[in-house]
Amino acid sequence: MTHLIKGARILGGAPADILVRDGVVAEVGTGLTAREATVVDADGLIALPGLVDLHTHLREPGREDAETVESGTRAAAAGGYTAVHAMANTEPVADTAGVVEQVWRLGREAGHCDVHPVGAVTRGLEGERLAELGAMADSAARVRVFSDDGHCVSDAVLMRRALEYVKAFDGVVAQHAQEPRLTEHAQMNEGEVSGRLGLAGWPAVAEEAIIARDCLLAAHVGSRLHVCHVSTAGSVEIIRWAKSKGWQVTAEVTPHHLLLTDELAETYDPVYKVNPPLRTKADVEALREALADGTIDCVATDHAPHPAEAKETEWAPAAMGMIGLETALSVVHEAMVETGLLDWAGVADRMAVRPARIGRLSGQGRPIEVGAPANLTLYDPSVRTVVDPGGFVSKSRNTPFAGLELPGRVQATFLRGRPTVLEGKPI
Amino acid sequence: MKRHLISAADLTRDDALLILDTAEELSRIADRPIKKLPTLRGRTVVNLFFEDSTRTRISFEAAAKRLSADVINFSAKGSSVSKGESLKDTALTLEAMGADGVVIRHNASGAPHRLAGWVRGSVVNAGDGTHEHPTQALLDAYTMRRRLGDLDGRRVTIVGDILHSRVARSNVLLLNTLGAEVTLVAPPTLFPVSVDTWPCEVAYDFDAVLPKSDVVMMLRVQQERMTAAYFPTVREYSRRYGLDARRLAALQDHAIVMHPGPMNRGVEIAAEVADSPRSTIVEQVANGVTVRMAVLYLLLGGSEPAIGGDVTPAGVSPNGDARRRSGDASRREDA
Amino acid sequence: MSAASVPAHGPSPDSDVSHKTVLEAPDIRRALTRIAHEILERTKGGRDIVLLGIPTRGVTLAARLAGRIAEVEGEPVPRGSLDVTMYRDDLRMRPARALGRTELPPEGVDDRVVVLVDDVLFSGRTVRAALDALNDLGRPRAVQLATLVDRGHRELPIRADYVGKNLPTSTREKVKVLLAETDGRDAVVLEVPK
Repeated sequence: MTHLIKGARILGGAPADILVRDGVVAEVGTGLTAREATVVDADGLIALPGLVDLHTHLREPGREDAETVESGTRAAAAGGYTAVHAMANTEPVADTAGVVEQVWRLGREAGHCDVHPVGAVTRGLEGERLAELGAMADSAARVRVFSDDGHCVSDAVLMRRALEYVKAFDGVVAQHAQEPRLTEHAQMNEGEVSGRLGLAGWPAVAEEAIIARDCLLAAHVGSRLHVCHVSTAGSVEIIRWAKSKGWQVTAEVTPHHLLLTDELAETYDPVYKVNPPLRTKADVEALREALADGTIDCVATDHAPHPAEAKETEWAPAAMGMIGLETALSVVHEAMVETGLLDWAGVADRMAVRPARIGRLSGQGRPIEVGAPANLTLYDPSVRTVVDPGGFVSKSRNTPFAGLELPGRVQATFLRGRPTVLEGKPI
Repeated sequence: MKRHLISAADLTRDDALLILDTAEELSRIADRPIKKLPTLRGRTVVNLFFEDSTRTRISFEAAAKRLSADVINFSAKGSSVSKGESLKDTALTLEAMGADGVVIRHNASGAPHRLAGWVRGSVVNAGDGTHEHPTQALLDAYTMRRRLGDLDGRRVTIVGDILHSRVARSNVLLLNTLGAEVTLVAPPTLFPVSVDTWPCEVAYDFDAVLPKSDVVMMLRVQQERMTAAYFPTVREYSRRYGLDARRLAALQDHAIVMHPGPMNRGVEIAAEVADSPRSTIVEQVANGVTVRMAVLYLLLGGSEPAIGGDVTPAGVSPNGDARRRSGDASRREDA
Repeated sequence: MSAASVPAHGPSPDSDVSHKTVLEAPDIRRALTRIAHEILERTKGGRDIVLLGIPTRGVTLAARLAGRIAEVEGEPVPRGSLDVTMYRDDLRMRPARALGRTELPPEGVDDRVVVLVDDVLFSGRTVRAALDALNDLGRPRAVQLATLVDRGHRELPIRADYVGKNLPTSTREKVKVLLAETDGRDAVVLEVPK
């Protein structure tokens, strides 16, 4: 299978042709020709390495009504992704080699993008005993990222052990930082809006206290720590401090935390209910700056599909979470590129290169150069469209961006040279 | 235009005064042999109570019936709701019944707001979670005005579990709209962290505030707050924040004592205080019917509601600038 | 129409409307005096009467009539006000509006001759609402109606017992009654759209 991509601006640079043959980038230059190649007109499009998501909920096994590996990875491809990390909070929980291999295999069969299962840190996400981390690492799924996401590994001893244990296979613990006692019954960011709306507050300190503790633990045992979905300005300060010490701490931010604030809860529409909660404008600004200066390493979607009935309720009983795979690049474009905080090389770094490095994915997040696996995304930055969930590939519709006008559109995605999206449509 | 009474912030000063003045005229009917008015004949009011509150439900029921509305009482207990039916499905059922007005009491903050998006009729919030209880604030203001006259510049002290109190939220907003000066008193654990953004004063020392208060409103304090460490013991709470005879004596002669009920005698209010002539607690209950009649009449009596606000529409702009709904009622956008 | 439809600030300044004063202050004075005498005649010296004005201007007119009757008879006449808002049949055609006051004299209305007083008699719907309202307040021996202006166009079988001035109008015209107590001067003005 050979594709000749004509006139793409690699990382936003000068137009160039990219010849993709046998799953790798065969040639890069101008005026390229190739016999029997399918030509892809990429005039005006930006070429990026295929995006890598460190934080995706594919819901399978267990909640196939919300999403499946098939539908979730198709949505990922539509959003320009060539690899996703599937979170462990499925039913059953991905806490054994058997479950992670099942998810990994479903991903291979679907073929829309690489699926790297995340293993649970503790059995059943219950925060009491370590799951068989080594068995998952040694399985066909080759798990390197471990997380109890949705639950915080709040027990300090357990967290220490997990951090230590994964060193044996160069793993990383991705912590969902949420002090459980401080967030009992919590519904939204604790602040002016929560006080006015009478919704139980979710204080920033509940996130920051765990991040501070975990940074110190990671330093103490010399392990890698990854902080999931950083949402507060205070968290940014702590991570910046930990990095200044040379500790192996990485962090991610979600697209929604880069764009939205807690005032949206005034609608009482649970489409804006998410964990961690939407915060204030000051937090959004701090997160954008941290992503720009590298304090936060990457953007991760925390794509969290829910069926309609889980959101068409009062606020308190509604499920937490938002889908984000299909809007991530546009939101980052709006929040980071339009504001001048990142250029396209920066976007590639934060959405492909660094997440691949954190997940230890050797074939992803590589520069677009001869010999590299042809994982590519072609993005049209010139259009602006109103987000219409009706057109989503994901099985779920719980996007907070519905009705919002956002820039850009993914025109094509290539997974090891094979198109998974062409002319804006998944194949 | 569709309008509702969900938050006290939905009411402009003119709205609030119109309700109080209307209630004043309606109160005369309570003294007549025939207490019923034909005003809402043919209109249907549904009382949708997801939380037990016999007093509030009866008050709304009496108000609607005195205006000749057809009243349907729908209580969650023993209904399809207790079998897991969602609020949305319940709302669709109400639509099928053709409810002109829905009075809703719910333990989830924002439930009336959600309901308003699903039904055609006007929604009246009869208390939602720890959010608001606007008709309670209206009947409180009405009671104060009857005892003290114009509320402009009056000093109202609200004491108790502000954090979890829908009555406090609605009262702060409404009293501020009516020009009164509100002071909230509680242990610091029972304030929202953002209380400094509210249009009122905050104090921790009850005794210091007493002598300058025209009204002291005591809020119910639930025992379970103690187990959650909001305060050490009921005894200590009562000593620091309860209204007893000694504190009653420190009040000005004209000052009144209010309580939205139900009371914990001996905790936030001493029995002798609750029963004293200063206490308006029984009046508050009686005034509830009149004020709710006024609200129902002004929302449902005409071609379109004369009071109230629209719900905040969903939708965002970049940076999450949702349309703001604030304590400043003048920001309300209506036609 | 009742006073409720009349703006408090006198004739509107709209340039596409012409104003014609049909009664001046002395005319109104004479009309009320005549009505007062007719009431006395028809009720045998005003025995057992109660004057109930329909807010807003009917209340003012009732007060003036009560004053004139008292001058003649040397005894005060019981009077009050009867708000009909909650009894109107056109509530749903307009936004809900503020209520007027209902205030009965201590004598009440049972077994009395109630004279309803309004400023303008038009469709008769206000009077119908007043009769319903009165029904909820007691059982008068008889009910009569006094109006300063009868402009015709009745939609119900209702007629006035005492009329200050019969004023033929078209339905496009508006009749506005101005009274010193509420409007600063006495006049009845006909507004004719051009």
